[in-house]
Amino acid sequence: MENILSVRGLKVDIPLAAGTLHAVRGIDFEVRRGETLCVVGESGSGKSLTSLAIMGLLPKQAQRSADRLDFAGVDLQHASNRDMRKLRGDRISMIFQEPMTSLNPAYTIGDQLTEALLLHRKVGKAAARNRAIELLEKVGITAAASRMKQYPHQLSGGLRQRVMIAMALMCEPDLIIADEPTTALDVTIQAQILRLLKDLQRELNMAMILITHDLGVVARVADKVAIMYAGEMVEAGTVNEVFTEPRHPYTRGLLRCIPVPGRTKAGEHLGSIPGIVPSLIGNMPGCAFRSRCDEAIPACAADIPKRLSSSGHLYRCVHDYGPLSSLSSSSGLQAKSGEA
Amino acid sequence: MLVYTLKRLGLALLVTLAVSMLSFALLYLSGDPAAAIAGETASASDIEAVRHYYGFDRPWVVQYGEWMFNAIRGDFGESYYFKLPVSQLVSERLSVTMILGVCGISFALLTAVPLGVAAAVRPNSFIDRIALFISVMGQAMPSFWFGLVLIVIFSIKFRILPPSGSDGWQNFVMPTVVLGYYAMPAIMRLTRAGMLDVLGADYVRTARAKGAGEFRVMFKHALRNAIIPVVSLAAVQMGFMLGGSIVVESIFALHGAGYLAWESIGRNDLPTVQALILIFSLFYIVFTFLSDLLNAWLDPRMRVG
Repeated sequence: MENILSVRGLKVDIPLAAGTLHAVRGIDFEVRRGETLCVVGESGSGKSLTSLAIMGLLPKQAQRSADRLDFAGVDLQHASNRDMRKLRGDRISMIFQEPMTSLNPAYTIGDQLTEALLLHRKVGKAAARNRAIELLEKVGITAAASRMKQYPHQLSGGLRQRVMIAMALMCEPDLIIADEPTTALDVTIQAQILRLLKDLQRELNMAMILITHDLGVVARVADKVAIMYAGEMVEAGTVNEVFTEPRHPYTRGLLRCIPVPGRTKAGEHLGSIPGIVPSLIGNMPGCAFRSRCDEAIPACAADIPKRLSSSGHLYRCVHDYGPLSSLSSSSGLQAKSGEA
Repeated sequence: MLVYTLKRLGLALLVTLAVSMLSFALLYLSGDPAAAIAGETASASDIEAVRHYYGFDRPWVVQYGEWMFNAIRGDFGESYYFKLPVSQLVSERLSVTMILGVCGISFALLTAVPLGVAAAVRPNSFIDRIALFISVMGQAMPSFWFGLVLIVIFSIKFRILPPSGSDGWQNFVMPTVVLGYYAMPAIMRLTRAGMLDVLGADYVRTARAKGAGEFRVMFKHALRNAIIPVVSLAAVQMGFMLGGSIVVESIFALHGAGYLAWESIGRNDLPTVQALILIFSLFYIVFTFLSDLLNAWLDPRMRVG
């Protein structure tokens, strides 16, 4: 399948008084049509800035550079503001973390939903309204026609996030970027919203980048996973590869932090990763994780090789944790499930 | 919304009552009104006669009740100086004050809002500094001094605007600028602060993510929210201008209600002063009430549900 988005060497730098903050430090990934990529990382790992960099919505002081930044054949690096505006909300949509504040309090749901369609398509108000009602129903909002007249403050967080999703779908985008769409919601609502996103993605054959710090979410919806640490992509692969054969010490640490029913015994301590994320100001040669890593050796301070299997599973570490290419993801999975 | 309106209305009525008592009490604050009316050469019996004639010898509750009852019907008594009904005097002058107030607030809004938006879009830029300079000047210059400076420049040096009187529109130009410039800094700073706040809001980012252009983001999404407190400030200032144009009207000898108030204070014409103070306060109360309503009407969170 064709790549809808390909990113090579994406960097985001923020000049500060104390020096340049390298928030995103040269990451590569692609997303194909109909595929879900989950970007995982802790706060400050650069995952949200990555998504804003693709949208061209970085804060003014942030600087973006890349070797390649292509979306559906368009070179985003050289696209004009006008071209970017035409893509945003039409071919690429975004869903944000905070449904409570992401809708404009001064306008009705209907106004805000129809706006995207009216901006990008030559349709009348009535047609836009019908499309909005249709999508509100699709995202599971009852009495959609009467909701159109309501204001954001009259809706709960879960409903507002459904409205945000409906808004992102107005023009049937090729790519939808969801930046922690369920973080601000109740656990029960989280599951509903995730299922909704996944179902809609399949139905409309969209590509989706889902940004999260919740590995449970990843297991449920991802096709591919990218693990980010301190602005770098330390490991990436299919969800099976990364979950069953994690290579990078950071990925393995993260996976130890989640309880697995049946495997984690009652009273047993969950894993944790000691230490904190290093400051991203200035040049940082070597592996950013080495100060927190059990397996760190002096060579970690030098250049870190990228290790890549034929299937595309990638990790960056001085240690070679076995030939990835020799192990197909399905046999790896069987081995693991046999163990469990 | 109905409960809110009723609450605000109740509050406004209470304030009105308090103000009416205060303006009535003015009569006695400046000493014995009978002695003042009778003049310096009057004998004790003359003063007593005046006291009885005007009813100053009755209990003050009765006097206040009578004054208030008549005031509600629009009868503020007779001017000591003109020997004419105060209501007639005031209504003739009020239209000038109202024109000046409307012009003043329009001038303030038309300059302050665009300048505030421009300053917020590019904080710390050249235009932001200019806006800051203009607003600091407005805050620092007293109206009477600024008015005199304008007269020196435009009436004496260039002779393009009349320095005093209220004959034509030319007479309103300088007073409008002085009065408007007084209200401008607060409106501009509030617009700028509101816009800065709103431009960082998540929903502005949502609008950009939808593909809205900068103009649309600024005016439809941002300004609509930032303008809410500005509108209520402007309404309060409008009330203040209608009451507070005394200084400006006196400088330019514009025959409005403010000028009348200034003259009447000098002439010890207490019924006129009382009536004007009550009317000026009423303007202030009405516009504050309107500003509360406007605020609620502009903000759906207060209007609906």
